[in-house]
Amino acid sequence: MTGAVGRRRRAAGWSSAARYLLLLAVLALTVGPFLWQLSTSLKGPGEDIYRFPPSLLPRHPTLANYAEVARVIPVWDFALNSLKVAAANVLTNCAGAALAGYALARLRFRGRRVAVAVFVMAMLVPVESIMIAQFMTMRQLQLHDTLLGVVLPGCIGAMNVLLMRNAFAALPYEVEEAAFVDGASAWQRFVRIALPSVKGTLAVVAVFAFMGAWDDFLWPLIVLSDQSKFTLTVGLNYLHGTFADNQRLVAAGSVIAVLPLIVLFAGLQRYFFRGVGEGAVKG
Amino acid sequence: MRNAAAAVAPRGSGRRRGIRTHLPTSPWLFLAPGLLVVGGFSLYPFLSTVAHSFTDARTLRAGRFTGGANYQEMLHDPMFWTGLRNSVLYVLGVVPPLVVLPLLLALLVRRSVPGIAFFRAAFYLPVVASVVVVGLIWVWLLDDRGLINALLEALGFGRARFLSDPWLLLLSAMAVTVWKGLGYYMIIYLAALAQVPRELHEACAVDGAGPVRRFLTVTVPAVRATMVLVAALSAVNAFKVFSEVYLMAGATGGPGGEDTTLVMLVQQAGTGLSGRVGYASALSVVVFVLTLGLMLLVLRANRGEDR
Repeated sequence: MTGAVGRRRRAAGWSSAARYLLLLAVLALTVGPFLWQLSTSLKGPGEDIYRFPPSLLPRHPTLANYAEVARVIPVWDFALNSLKVAAANVLTNCAGAALAGYALARLRFRGRRVAVAVFVMAMLVPVESIMIAQFMTMRQLQLHDTLLGVVLPGCIGAMNVLLMRNAFAALPYEVEEAAFVDGASAWQRFVRIALPSVKGTLAVVAVFAFMGAWDDFLWPLIVLSDQSKFTLTVGLNYLHGTFADNQRLVAAGSVIAVLPLIVLFAGLQRYFFRGVGEGAVKG
Repeated sequence: MRNAAAAVAPRGSGRRRGIRTHLPTSPWLFLAPGLLVVGGFSLYPFLSTVAHSFTDARTLRAGRFTGGANYQEMLHDPMFWTGLRNSVLYVLGVVPPLVVLPLLLALLVRRSVPGIAFFRAAFYLPVVASVVVVGLIWVWLLDDRGLINALLEALGFGRARFLSDPWLLLLSAMAVTVWKGLGYYMIIYLAALAQVPRELHEACAVDGAGPVRRFLTVTVPAVRATMVLVAALSAVNAFKVFSEVYLMAGATGGPGGEDTTLVMLVQQAGTGLSGRVGYASALSVVVFVLTLGLMLLVLRANRGEDR
């Protein structure tokens, strides 16, 4: 009897050890490449970055590559451009999607089905298949090669509107009924009652809007041509194309591009996983 | 006050869809920004893409109607067939691992053991990072003198030309896409696994089924719908691949354009001051039709199996 229990406990110990071993192996696979890039960015010119066996820890860590990458390309200006685009994208997506989502979920009016259909259809059109026409539209509006032109096409995502609609639809009607009885207008009910109740979904929309804008590559690549207006991703591609020989600089540039996201993600990952698990997937 | 209360639909009527207690224009004011953006920057460009595809428009010149000339030219353009081949190969290469591996990963991180939150977040990191950063990291790792080649050589395999051999390059780009997508689909599977009733597993365990058996007889059928969803999502995304190949192979799609994809062709043809907007639009229409077809195909296959 005790032998059986001991055996089972030992088996459980083994399986938990195996689980952690697997977890660590996957960890090395997913995070290792980032660490290798970080390590490369910290290695000085005296250190052979092609050495084998590789040294993950730089022998004389230096930030010189970061100063150098800022000298060869205006990496901080690129970062600022990305930040502007991402911040604008967060604001417009949260505001626009919440407004539209509220109307679709909580207001009754003729043409609502048509409005929903418009957003669903827009979601089904892949960006890749309309980007040339979007570019032509931006040219007509004289907004090509501007940051505004980068922001506009995605500034209120159809997917976000539908996400917000689901969030508002899940709220009980009773709260709003009371507010209506008290004479609150649709706008007042939206701002004071409905909006505070969907903070979780709003946070998910905000995080995705920020990451989407910060990480986007194809559209800024198409719409921007003047180097001073590049976002970080387009600037990095340029750095990679022009200074491909100096891997340390490319590494430093990519660390600058990924670090803010890691910080943002680490801070918000609680929301993130909850929101993704509960709302976004089912949405 | 009493009138107002009466205007509110009676409680408990399940079909109530909203409260008509607002000015008739209010909903449209709420919807205006969203409809404007979506209409102006998605639906209108879509219609104008279709229209442009029948013209010889260029970036700086409005086109004349040329009927199906663009489509005809496409059929005789070897680059179109290369791009189509690569985009299709990308789907075939990327979808199976992206359906299976994230499921295994989700099973691995599912149980709440100490430190699991850290592992989940860390596995999600490649999803968070920009595709450009991810591309540059892998270009560095797969370089002729990079870490992976150094490892291969140390193990006695000799070096592989991951970034200059057309086929190896395509495979490498696929591997990067899979690597970047693992965490994303893992989360989708985690949500699905949370819905699988524990009793099923327990009943099966009582019957003496081992973990592999239980995986195949309980887990897989229970998350089958999610597997189809993952297949559809990853197939559609793989078909539209641009950045990974663009970054690893260069703007022209590697040696002789052998690695170019459909979306890369759209970008090449349609941008710049001399961009052939008409031709690029025809390519775009093909991308759209095939993407939609792919989606319908996966969903249809799923429905067929249910019967």
